[in-house]
Amino acid sequence: MNNERVQNIDSNTACVNASEQQHPAWYNLKYTIVGILFGIVFVKAEIISWFRIQEMFRLQSFHMFGVIGTAVFVGAISVFLIKKFNVKTIHGEVIKIADKEFNKGQIYGGLLFGFGWAITGACPGPLFAHIGAGFYAVLVVILSAIAGTWTYGFFKDKLPH
Amino acid sequence: MIEQIQQPWPWYVAGVIIGLIVPALLILGNKSFGISSNLRHICAACFPADIQFFKYDWKKEIWNFFFVGGILLGAFLATHYLMTNAPIQVSPALQSELAQYGIRNYNYMLPSELFSFEALFTIRGFIMMVVGGFLVGFGTRYAGGCTSGHSIMGLSNLQWPSLVATICFMAGGFLMANIILPWILSL
Repeated sequence: MNNERVQNIDSNTACVNASEQQHPAWYNLKYTIVGILFGIVFVKAEIISWFRIQEMFRLQSFHMFGVIGTAVFVGAISVFLIKKFNVKTIHGEVIKIADKEFNKGQIYGGLLFGFGWAITGACPGPLFAHIGAGFYAVLVVILSAIAGTWTYGFFKDKLPH
Repeated sequence: MIEQIQQPWPWYVAGVIIGLIVPALLILGNKSFGISSNLRHICAACFPADIQFFKYDWKKEIWNFFFVGGILLGAFLATHYLMTNAPIQVSPALQSELAQYGIRNYNYMLPSELFSFEALFTIRGFIMMVVGGFLVGFGTRYAGGCTSGHSIMGLSNLQWPSLVATICFMAGGFLMANIILPWILSL
């Protein structure tokens, strides 16, 4: 694997933000407000429920498919409109969204994450919401997820991509 | 109005709000929706261990910690102020399956038989919490994103690699929930 490709995978998996502007740290509180709304929805629509995820993977309920499907639909229309009307950020910056580049990690990693999702009944967002909802034992799951991420970083160059 | 808020919210309300997070983050500061990257930023901030993958300026990404902090706070507020004490409604088919494994507590979002500090010291609980968590952290980073980064942000931006990832998330989940998990739960 040549260096340039390794570099691509790095930037592809980084999800680093596209903004080049510098702001004081408290500006980030605007993201906390969006997060609060997200956290409330997670709990109120029972998206953080292990039972809802089990129902989804057993095709016993439409709920989670409805949530994800509607979110993609609304998100896609939003991105389309942002691009079409060249919408800028509130600080006047041009909105940029990095393309996702294909590598085999999306297959192998995707399957492994699918396994973990069905076991824990949670993707990373709900894991953090569990702590807020008072399930402190989930801290163990988060620490293990951090260990998993670290292990990926350690073995990255030896894994097929 | 208050009564409606206290009931579980339907999928279309949740879906629309989550979908709107995509443009909200973009318009507020050019941020692409994605949560699993926080796990990487935590590694980069706390245990970089001279690994190339964790050598980058994580401080540029602290917006995402603020975002996740909000999720935590929102979940706290909803749990304490916007909930009734009614048990979770679960499909009868799932209830009868879980009863076989001794899972009967529907008072919380998570079955206390599987996710608690006591359960951690059983083989079943260890696999559910520690192995499950490890797979979430390893798999999301290997795939380059999770449900938010690929399935919602990536699909919203019509990225085909994200479609591949989403199909694999689902395939892995179906396989685990229907074939492997029954065996784990019977331990």
